[in-house]
Amino acid sequence: MASQTVTKHRQIGLTDEQVLEMYTIMLKARRYDERALLIQRSGKTAFHISGIGQETAQVAAAFALQKQHDYFCPYYRDYGVVLSAGMTLHELMLLSFVKAEDVNAGRQMPAHFSHRKHHIVTGSSPVSTQVLHAVGIALSAVMDQEDRVAFTSFGEGSSNQGDVHEAFNFAGVFKLPVIFMCENNQYAISIPAHRQVAGRVVDRAAGYGFPGVRVDGNDPLEVYQAVKEARERAVRGAGPTLIEAMLYRISPHSTADDDMIYRTKEEVEYHKEQDGIQKFRAYLLECGVLDEELDRSVNEEVMRELNEATKYADKAPYPSPEDALKHVYAEDGGGI
Amino acid sequence: MENEEHGTEVTLPHLAESLVSATVGRWLKQPGDYVQEYEVLCELITDKVNVEMPSPMEGTLTRILVQEGDIADVGAAICLIRGSDSANETPVEPAKAATQKKDKDEADQRTRYSPAVLSLAEENRIDLRKVQGTSLGGRISRKDVLAYIMNNLDSKPAASPESKPEEKAAPANRVVPENASDSRTEERKEPAASMFTAEDQIVPVSPIRKMIAQRMLQSVSEIPHAWLMIEADVSGLVALREKVKESFAAKEGVRLTVTPFVLKAVVNAIKEYPMLNSTWAEDNIIVKKDIHVSIAVGSEESVVTPVIRNADRKTIAGLAIEMEELIAKARNGKLTLSDMQGGTFTFNNTGSFGSVLSVPIINYPQAAIITLESIVRKPVVVNHDSIAIRSMANLCLSLDHRILDGKICGLFIQRVKQYLEKYDENTVIY
Amino acid sequence: MSMLKTGVAYKMAIMTYLEAIRSAMSEEMERDENVFVLGEDVGKGGVMNATKGMRDRFGERRVLDTPLAESAIVGVAIGAAMVGKKPIAEIQFADFIFPAANQIISEAAKIRYRSNNDWQCPIVIRAPYGATGGGGLYHSQCPEAVFFGTPGLKIVAPSSAYDAKGLLKAALRDGDPVLFFEHKKCYLYVSDEVPDEDYTVPIGKAAVKREGDDITVISYGMTVHHVLKAAEEVQKEGISAHVLDLRTLQPLDVPAILEAAAKTGKVMIVHEDNKTGGVGAEVAAIISEHKLYELDVPIMRLCAPDVPAVGMAPTLEKFYLPNADKVRDAMRLLAEM
Repeated sequence: MASQTVTKHRQIGLTDEQVLEMYTIMLKARRYDERALLIQRSGKTAFHISGIGQETAQVAAAFALQKQHDYFCPYYRDYGVVLSAGMTLHELMLLSFVKAEDVNAGRQMPAHFSHRKHHIVTGSSPVSTQVLHAVGIALSAVMDQEDRVAFTSFGEGSSNQGDVHEAFNFAGVFKLPVIFMCENNQYAISIPAHRQVAGRVVDRAAGYGFPGVRVDGNDPLEVYQAVKEARERAVRGAGPTLIEAMLYRISPHSTADDDMIYRTKEEVEYHKEQDGIQKFRAYLLECGVLDEELDRSVNEEVMRELNEATKYADKAPYPSPEDALKHVYAEDGGGI
Repeated sequence: MENEEHGTEVTLPHLAESLVSATVGRWLKQPGDYVQEYEVLCELITDKVNVEMPSPMEGTLTRILVQEGDIADVGAAICLIRGSDSANETPVEPAKAATQKKDKDEADQRTRYSPAVLSLAEENRIDLRKVQGTSLGGRISRKDVLAYIMNNLDSKPAASPESKPEEKAAPANRVVPENASDSRTEERKEPAASMFTAEDQIVPVSPIRKMIAQRMLQSVSEIPHAWLMIEADVSGLVALREKVKESFAAKEGVRLTVTPFVLKAVVNAIKEYPMLNSTWAEDNIIVKKDIHVSIAVGSEESVVTPVIRNADRKTIAGLAIEMEELIAKARNGKLTLSDMQGGTFTFNNTGSFGSVLSVPIINYPQAAIITLESIVRKPVVVNHDSIAIRSMANLCLSLDHRILDGKICGLFIQRVKQYLEKYDENTVIY
Repeated sequence: MSMLKTGVAYKMAIMTYLEAIRSAMSEEMERDENVFVLGEDVGKGGVMNATKGMRDRFGERRVLDTPLAESAIVGVAIGAAMVGKKPIAEIQFADFIFPAANQIISEAAKIRYRSNNDWQCPIVIRAPYGATGGGGLYHSQCPEAVFFGTPGLKIVAPSSAYDAKGLLKAALRDGDPVLFFEHKKCYLYVSDEVPDEDYTVPIGKAAVKREGDDITVISYGMTVHHVLKAAEEVQKEGISAHVLDLRTLQPLDVPAILEAAAKTGKVMIVHEDNKTGGVGAEVAAIISEHKLYELDVPIMRLCAPDVPAVGMAPTLEKFYLPNADKVRDAMRLLAEM
C-alpha cells in the first residue's frame, strides 16, 4: 500500500472496513441477483428483474449517505442501495418468494422495496413517481430544519417522465436537499439510450439551475465522492445535484425479456469484462484491504447467508388469503 | 405431487407474465442422472424468452414426461425427480383460514315477492300463498311460479281438492313454459303389454306432446263445442296478394301470405262482436277488452300458439311482419313464455296443410277458434245465372256453447265473409 | 343542526362555506405545526380566496406557492406526508387534477396497502369542483367518479359550511389520503351556522337533511341545495321528501343509504356529475343489492347528461346542470309513480 492511487478510498474519507463492507454488499447484491434468476427459471418464483452491472454505483452512492437518517427512494434495480441501507438477503428473498413475512407481506412484485425502519420509501411500478416523493421528503427536512437529505434513483428511460422534470424544477426552485441519481444502464427495456434520451441526462440539471455530474458507474470511489459532495451541498442549503452514473445493464430487462432480439452477445460480453465488482476487487487486493483467503471467506459467508435465506424463504408460509383485505385504511381510522 | 416410486413432479414454470405454455428444447439431464438444485435440467423455448431451466430440487431424474420438441402448459409436470428427504420438503401452506361463515339471511323470505314473481302471478292469476318457495328462506322464485303453473295444468281444476272457487272463476291462461321438461317430475307411464305387438313402434311422449294432450283434453271435456262453416269468395284477396306480394317481399323482406288478410277480416269482425273475444268464468263471462290473437304454428311434432298482441290495431302489413317474426321464433325454438301468453281468440290456417274442412278444438280458456281452409279455384254461380271460376275458401268456427249461440256466431262469420269479399286490387295494406 | 342533539349550547357564527374551509385550515395549522398548504398561487390567497391572509399568518413556508405542476404538488405532498407532515395540496380547479391522477391513484391510495401498513400517506387534496356559471368545459367539471372506487382513498364532498369545516378538520386528522371536493358554487352561495369551538364531522357519515315519508332523495354537494329547495316546493303540494346528504362519497355510509331508501321505497339520486358510472350508480346498486323488496318503484336518477362537460353558453349550461326546477319535476313524478 504504497502509491497514492491505491489509497484513494482513504483520501476521500472511506476506511478499510468500509470499503470491505462495500465489496461484501456488492457481492451480496450480485449473488442474490443470480439466485433470484435461478429460482424464477425453476418455477419457484414468478418474476425477477436484475441489477447486475449496477451494484458498484448503487452501493457506493448509499455509502455516501447516512443510514436510518437520510431517506432512500430507490428504483427497482437498486438491490445494492437497499442492502447498503440496511435490508438483508433474508428480507430480499422473502420479497422474491412473496411470503407472509416479507416486508410487503407478499403484496408487491419482487424489487418493489420498502422498509420504513431503514428509511427505504415504498415504491411502485409506474416509473419515476418516487422522484417527486424524494422532493417532498427534502421539503419536510427544510421545514423541520433537519440536516437530512433525500436520495432517489431512476433509469435514463425513466428520466423522460414528467414527474422527473417536475421534481427537478420544484427542487431547483426551493433549493431542496435532494440527490437525483440517474443509473444510465444504456437500455430502457429494448431501446438504447441514444434513441431514448435527446442530449445527455446530466445536462438537464443545468436547465433547472443546479449542477449535474457524470461519473463512471463502474468506479465506486468516483460515485461515492460525487454523492458525498452532493450531500454536503444539500445539507448546507445549496440545493439538489443530479448525478448520472454511466453503467451497462448486463442482464435482459427482466425474466420476461429476450435481449438477444435487440443487442448482440458480443456487446454484452464486452461489458461483462468491464464489471465494476471485479475491478473493485482488484483494487482492494492491490491496496491490501483484501487477500485471496479473505476474499474466499467473504464469498463463502455471502453464499452461506444466501443459501439460508433462500431455503428459509422457500419454505416460509404464504400470507393467508384473507390478508388481502387488510390495511386498505388505518385500522383505528387513523386519528392523528 | 408425490409419486412414491418415481419422485416429485417438476412442473413447467411461469416464465413471464403472459405465457401459458413452452416448448421443451433439449433435455440436458437424462433419466438416472443425479441433479443438483438449480442445475440446468432442460431448455425451454417460448415466444418471449428462451431459457435454461434450473432444477427446483436436488435428486435423481427418474422419468422425462415431456419429450424434446413437445409443448407443455405452464404448471404441467415435465419430469419426475426422486429427491433426498431434506431437499424434498414442500413449502408450508398458509394457515387455513377459519371457514368463512356465510352470513345467511335467516329471515323468512316467503312473503318477499320480486317484481318478476308478482307480474307472472298477476298474468296467470296465481294466488302466491299457494306456491311453494324453494329458494333461500323459503322465497318464491320465478321458477317456483312457473313450476306451479305447470303442475296446475297437469291436474284438472275440478278434480283438484285444494282448488278454491276463486281459482275456478278465473282459470289460468294456458302457458307454454320455455323449457317444459324442466318442471315436470312425474314418472313416465309404461304402456300396458296388451296394447302393442313386437312390430309396433313405441314413441315416448315428449313433455310438450303430453302438455298438448292435456290441454286438448281439458278443452273438449270442459267446453261444450259447437261448430259452423262458411264459404267465402276470396278472388279479390288473391288478386290483391298477387299484385303486392313481390314488392312487399322486396320492401319488407317478409313473405306475404293470405293469413294476414284473413286475420284482418276476423279481427274487424271480432270488434263488432266482442262476445267472441271472451272467456267463461262460471258465474260470469269475462269479455276481454284487448284482442290478442293466438296463431297456431305447427310442426311435425307439435303445435304452439304465439300471440299477436292488439291485433286490431295493426295493418295487414303489420300483421304479416309480426307473424313472420313469431313463426321464425317458433321454428327456432326461441319463443318465450311471454310470446305465448294472453291470447283471447285463436286463428289457424289449416288450409296450409291442404285441408278443406276441419273441426278445431278451442284453445282453452278462450271462447272460439276459427280456421282458414284451402283456397280452391272452382266454378261458382255469379250474377244470378252465370258461372265463373272463382277462388273459394271455407272458414270453420268452433265455439264455446256456454257463451255463444248459433245466431251470434252466424252474424260474426257472415261479417268475416263480407270483409273477405270486400278485398280488391286497390285495397291498401298499410 | 346536529349540535342540538348533544344538548349543549354552542356559540355559533354564520359563515360562508369558503370561510369555513379557510378557518378549518387555519385552526388545524395553529393546532399542528406539521400541517401546511401547498399549491398554485396559494400565497396571495389562491384564485378562490380559500387561503386568503394565511401566508401573513403562517409564513411562506407553510403556505407554499408551488410551480405550476399538479403532479408535483401531489407527489411532493405525498413525500412529505410519508415522513410525518400533514400537507394540504390545493389543486386550483378540479378540472386540472388529472396530471396528478397517477400520484393519487397509483401512489397515495396504495402506499399503506402495498407496504403492509409500514408506510402511510395522510395527505389532503383540496379540489374546487362543479359549475358556477361561465366556467365552460374546463372550469366546471365534477371529476369525483374518476377517483371513486379507488380503495385506499377517502373522498368527501360537503354541502354546508358546517360540514365543510368539520370534514376538513377530520380529513386533516385522518391517517389516510383524503380527496376533498369543494363545490365552487357553494363557496359564497352557502352560509350557515358554524360553532366557534373545535369540532369535526366524521368521514363516512351521511346526514339526514330533511325528514319525509313519501319519497327519498339522496344527493351531495351543491345539488343538495336544489333538492332542499324543491322539497319545500313539493311539500306545498303534499309531497313529503326525505333528503339524505351523502357528505362522504368514499367510503359511502351504507347503513344511512339503506335506511333512507327503505323509509319511503321511492328513491331518487341527484348529482351534478353525469349519470353513467357516477356515484349515483353505486348508490343505486347498493340499494338494489340490499333493499330490493322494500322498493316501491324503480330507482330514479337525476344527473347531468352523458356529454363530456358543461358548455360555455348560458343555454347549454342551463340545459346541462340540475337545478331546483328539474329536481321538483322529478320529485313530483316519483311521488306519483
